[in-house]
Amino acid sequence: MKKNPLITVLLHALIWLFIAVLFLPLYLALVTASHLGSDMMQAPLPYLPGNAFVDNLTVVLTKGIPATGGEPILSMLWSSFIMAFLIAGGKVFFSLLGAFALVYFEFPMKKLAFASILLTMMLPVEVRIVPTFQIIAWFGWVNTYAGLSLPLMASATATFLFRQCFKTIPSALVDAAKIDGAGPVRFFIDILLPLAKPQMAALLIIMFVYGWNQYLWPLVITTDPSKATIVMGIGYLAGVADQIPQWHYLMMVACIALLPPSLVILVFQRWFVKGLIE
Amino acid sequence: MATVDLIGLNKSVDGHVILDHIDLRIEKGEFVAVVGPSGCGKSTLLRLIAGLDEPTGGSILINHQCMNGVPPAKRDIAMVFQHYALYPHMTVFDNMAYGLKMRGVKQSEILQRVAAVATMLHLSELLKRKPSMLSGGQRQRVAMGRAIVRAPAVFLFDEPLSNLDATLRTKMRHEIKKMHSQLKTTCLYVTHDQTEAMTMADKMVVLNNGKIEQEGRPRDIYQYPATLFVAGFIGQYPMNLIEGTIDKGAQFVNTAHGVSLPVPKGKRSLLDGEKVLVGIRPEHLYAVEKPSKRSFSVKVEFIDDLGADKLLQVVTVLNGSPLLIRVLSDKALPSYPLEVEMDLTKATLFGQQSGERLGGWNGA
Repeated sequence: MKKNPLITVLLHALIWLFIAVLFLPLYLALVTASHLGSDMMQAPLPYLPGNAFVDNLTVVLTKGIPATGGEPILSMLWSSFIMAFLIAGGKVFFSLLGAFALVYFEFPMKKLAFASILLTMMLPVEVRIVPTFQIIAWFGWVNTYAGLSLPLMASATATFLFRQCFKTIPSALVDAAKIDGAGPVRFFIDILLPLAKPQMAALLIIMFVYGWNQYLWPLVITTDPSKATIVMGIGYLAGVADQIPQWHYLMMVACIALLPPSLVILVFQRWFVKGLIE
Repeated sequence: MATVDLIGLNKSVDGHVILDHIDLRIEKGEFVAVVGPSGCGKSTLLRLIAGLDEPTGGSILINHQCMNGVPPAKRDIAMVFQHYALYPHMTVFDNMAYGLKMRGVKQSEILQRVAAVATMLHLSELLKRKPSMLSGGQRQRVAMGRAIVRAPAVFLFDEPLSNLDATLRTKMRHEIKKMHSQLKTTCLYVTHDQTEAMTMADKMVVLNNGKIEQEGRPRDIYQYPATLFVAGFIGQYPMNLIEGTIDKGAQFVNTAHGVSLPVPKGKRSLLDGEKVLVGIRPEHLYAVEKPSKRSFSVKVEFIDDLGADKLLQVVTVLNGSPLLIRVLSDKALPSYPLEVEMDLTKATLFGQQSGERLGGWNGA
């Protein structure tokens, strides 16, 4: 089919328009981050970058802002990274084990076990936040990384995904491994894990972003500013009482908070796509 | 090398009987082919011997030792799977070495054994490749290599050639046969392809509905099928079955084609008026010049010229029942009506009701 050049131009224009719409908020955030706080208090709001970008960056990275407890955001970035990494890693690890049990072992009430795992998919963090907090507080894990990450480590979605992935692995492979003398653990490590690599990478990325973006749970479980996460920091900055929000710092922090997840996606992009389509 | 004995082997799943009292003895170094239609239980039989499934009843002996409940890795067997079941993420070398590694064989010995088998199967250049980079025939050879390198007492083959094209299949058939003559390992080979079974096996076992219909040398099974099922299943073309009745005094078989045949010596004496079937293979019917007492007229409906021979689909003039006749292609056919005679020494008499062989005319 020969393409009408007009349609080609139109399609490209549409794509660019779509991209522009997507990037407009990001652009405005960057513009805001490059102005002085006072510029944000006047009409009209600036729509071109200013020249305070480096100053703002230095302030948020090194000095800290009173509204966030005076901590420099570097420590928040670190907390966020540890939490997101633990959540993502824990989710992949536990769901791999769960899916392994569900696919390759026969045990009583297996269907019930699978159903109850799926059931947890219906319950968002917010619904179970009070009992979860009670349990973690009882463990004495308030203000710890364990308390931050453990309740978010179980994942029905990831278990389901790995279950489907394992089910596509031919049963003859299991038989071959049995005849070769590989026990369940060897089979898991030598055969299953390498075959599930793309799915693991994809999940690791998705779950890293998920963990990074957690807001409510860290807010509940941490009181110590040294364990505060970057998303909480943004929250603190925006929600100060009786004060004008410092939009220029707020946007700077938001832009910085975007970087680590974007970086993770950029680095693992190829695996990510492979894992989703296979 | 090992013997394999199956004694009263039963397998049923959810009350559905898959294998029904299988008794089979496999001698040391014997190549046994188990052949049957799909769903006859032949793959289950193999899985039971491999230890991948447990039998419902009966026992499996390898080298006179009961293997019931023994895990597959401890049975000293190796299996070649229908879809090869190569580990996709491992190289050819790793695929072949994995079983040895699991058994704690020393690295230096693994290298040496894999190299030796790779040379034997012409895989030396492919050792660093992954299965996805191999052709079907190469994968098949790797799957065999993986089994051979372990030097097991028994090889189990589960339709190993069914995924290959015809040319490659013939070639691999010969390679397996060659391998067997070199290694002399006991082999159990499951297939639905009777050509494979006929050409490769020392002993052939015909399985149907979970029961052994017949076992014996391929030649014997071809010539003296024990049941109607075997007669229909074995052979490139099905056996012709001609209806007949035993006459009074049990002296003659009166066939539906109007030919009267003497009653052969058989397992048991035949009754007056008993319904029988005379089985005759397409190549054992031949055209004759002049009508005789033993000949009958047929009308040719189709001729399939296969190059080397012709396959005639004919119907008898007397009652219009269809027959297959195979004749050499370069032999000119006499004109209509074709007079056909049976090579009675190659024919088999079956009971119509029981489907069992009652006897033959060659004294066997």
